Amino acid sequence: MNVDAEAAIRISALNKWYDTFQVLKNIDLDVAVSERIVVCGPSGSGKSTLIRCINRLEEHQEGRILVNGTPLDDSVKNLDAIRRDVGMVFQHFNLFPHLTVKENCALPQILSRGAQRREAEERAMSFLTKVRIPEQAEKYPGQLSGGQQQRVAIARALCMMPKIMLFDEPTSALDPEMVKEVLDTMVALAEDGMTMIVVTHEMGFARKVADRVVFMESGEIVEIGKPDVFFDAPTQVRTQNFLRNIMH
Amino acid sequence: MTVVQANSFTTISTTAAPPKRRRRSFVTLLFGDLTASCLTVLTGFLLLSFVPALNWAIIDATWVTTDPSTCRQGGACWAFILAKFRFIIFGTYPPDEQWRPLLVMALMLLMVLASLSPRLWGMKLLCAWGAVITAMLLLMWGGVMGLSPVPSSAWGGLPVTLLLALLSLGLGFPFAVMLALGRRSILPVPRLLAILTIELVRGLPLVGLLFVASILLPLLLPAGWSIDKLARTLAALTVFAAAYLAEVIRGGLQGVSPGQAEAAKALGIPSWKIIWHIVLPQALQKVIPPLTNTTIVMVKNTSLVLIVGVFDMLSAGRVAATDPQWPAPYVESYIFVAGIYFLICFGISNYSRWLESCVQARSYR
Ligand SMILES: Nc1ncnc2c1ncn2[C@@H]1O[C@H](COP(=O)(O)OP(=O)(O)OP(=O)(O)O)[C@@H](O)[C@H]1O
Ligand SMILES: [Mg+2]
Repeated sequence: MNVDAEAAIRISALNKWYDTFQVLKNIDLDVAVSERIVVCGPSGSGKSTLIRCINRLEEHQEGRILVNGTPLDDSVKNLDAIRRDVGMVFQHFNLFPHLTVKENCALPQILSRGAQRREAEERAMSFLTKVRIPEQAEKYPGQLSGGQQQRVAIARALCMMPKIMLFDEPTSALDPEMVKEVLDTMVALAEDGMTMIVVTHEMGFARKVADRVVFMESGEIVEIGKPDVFFDAPTQVRTQNFLRNIMH
Repeated sequence: MTVVQANSFTTISTTAAPPKRRRRSFVTLLFGDLTASCLTVLTGFLLLSFVPALNWAIIDATWVTTDPSTCRQGGACWAFILAKFRFIIFGTYPPDEQWRPLLVMALMLLMVLASLSPRLWGMKLLCAWGAVITAMLLLMWGGVMGLSPVPSSAWGGLPVTLLLALLSLGLGFPFAVMLALGRRSILPVPRLLAILTIELVRGLPLVGLLFVASILLPLLLPAGWSIDKLARTLAALTVFAAAYLAEVIRGGLQGVSPGQAEAAKALGIPSWKIIWHIVLPQALQKVIPPLTNTTIVMVKNTSLVLIVGVFDMLSAGRVAATDPQWPAPYVESYIFVAGIYFLICFGISNYSRWLESCVQARSYR
C-alpha cells in the first residue's frame, strides 16, 4: 500500500516566498486521518499562508504537498480533486452576501459538483440544522450575527462533503459572547472524526480538542507537541515566550 | 378588561408607540424663519415668471383646428402635434404598414415589464429576449410570411430610437463585461486589448464614431460588400456604450472583496462560474446608480444619429415641423419629443431606485 495514502496531508520541505521575502521556511508536517491540529504563533508568522497553500489559495515555490495521496502540482485535475476534499472556513466568513443562507449552502454544490437543486437544498438544510440555525435559512448573511454567519460558513463548507477542514482564525473576528457557539460547532465536528487544521489563539479549544499543537514563528515550525506537553512543558525558549505572552 | 389592566404595567414599555412628530402649521413651514421666508418669496416670483409660458402652452394654445395656417394665435399650436402624431412616432414607415412598428413597441413594452423583477432574471429570460428581438427585426424588415419588405432606410421615429437604445445597451453590455474583466486580467494580452479599446473609444466623441461608422467604414470594406446603414450606426453606439459601461462595471468589480472569489475557489467552483454567479452579481449591485446614469445617457445619445441621416424620433419631429402648411411649429414639436424622452428616462430612473431598495432590503447594516 502507498505510504502517502495513510496521511491525510503530507507536507515536506515546503518553501514559499513573496518576492524576496520568505514566508515559509522548510516546513514538514504530516497530518493523519481524523487528526486535529491546532496551529498558533505570533502575527505574521505564516500560519494563514501555510494552510492556504494546502488548497492552493497560495502557490508554493518549493517542496511537496500531498492531500489524501494526491500531489498538489500544476495539474488542474489534481487541484479540483483536492479542493473537493478540503473545506475552508475564513476569519471574515466570506459568505456570499447576495444569496440567502440556504442558497449560500446549496449553490456551491450545484456549481462545483453539478448536484440537483432539490438534493442540494436538502443537504443545505440538514447541515444548517447540524450547526443549529435552520430557522435562518431564508435570511441574507447581512441579517445574521457574526457567530451565526460563521456557523453558516461552516455548514457551507460541510455541504461539499470534505474529508479535511481548514480553519483560519474562525473566531477572531467575533464578539466574545459569540466565540463559544462557533467553538462548540467545531468541537462537535472534531468528535465526528473530521480531519482538521485550525489556526487559532483559543488555547482552551486547543487543550480540549487538539491531538497536536504546532507553534510557528517567522515562517518556521518551532515546536510540535501534544497539548499537555506543549502547554505545560514546552521545550523551546521561543514557545515559552509566546505562551507567557498570550497567557499574560 | 381587568386582565388588560393587570398586564398593562409590563406591556407599556414593549408596545409604546414612537413619539409623535410635532405637526407644524403651513404658515410656519413657509415663513418660519428668515431662510424659509426668503425661499418662499423667491419661489413665488419664479412661479409668477412662468405665467407667460403657461399662458402660451395652455390658455392661448390652439388644440384643434381645421386650417393649419391659422393655428398660431399667440399660443402653442398643439393641433400640429395631433395632426403629425403618426409621422413623429413612426417616421417615414409606410402608413399602411405602421401596425408593424406599433406591434414591435408593444412587444418591447411587454418584455420590459416582464423583465422588471430580478427574480425572473436568468437564462430563460435571456433566450426570450433573443427570440423577441429577432421577431421584432423581422416584423420591421418584412419580406417573410407575406409581410411586404420595408428597407431600414424607411424606418423612423420612436421605434428606431427605442431599437437603437435597447440593442446598443443590450449588445454593449456583454462586451462591457468582457472589457472590464479583461482590464483586470493578469494576462497581458487581454488586459492591453481591453485598455486600448476602452481608452480609444472613450477618447473619441460619439459624433466622430458615428461618422467613422457611416462614412469611413463602407470605404474600408472590400468592393461589393455593404452593411446596412442602421446596422453601422448601431455598431458605433454599441462600441460607445460598451466602453462606458465597462468602466462602470470595473468599478463594481473592484468593490467586491477578494475573499469572495477565494471562498468560492476553496469550495471548488470553476473560475468562470465564480465570475458569473458570485462576483458579477455583487459587482453590478454595487454600481446600480452609475449604470442607470450611463443607460440614460445612451438613450439620449441615440438622438445624435440624426447627423448621419438615420431617421430617429428627434429627426422625425424636426422634419415634421418643416411642413410649410403649418406656421413652423418647431417648439411644439421639440417639446413633444422631449416629453417622450423624459418619460422614458424618468421611468428608467425610478426603476433603478426601486432596484436599489430591493438590494438594500437584504441587509440592515
Ligand atoms: N500577498 C502578500 N504579499 C507579500 N507579503 C505577504 C502577502 N501576504 C502575506 N504576506 C506576509 O507574509 C507573512 C505571513 O503572513 P500570514 O498572513 O501567513 O501571517 P499569519 O501568521 O496568518 O498572521 P495573522 O495572525 O496576523 O493572521 C506576513 O509577514 C505578511 O506580511
Ligand atoms: Mg492569518
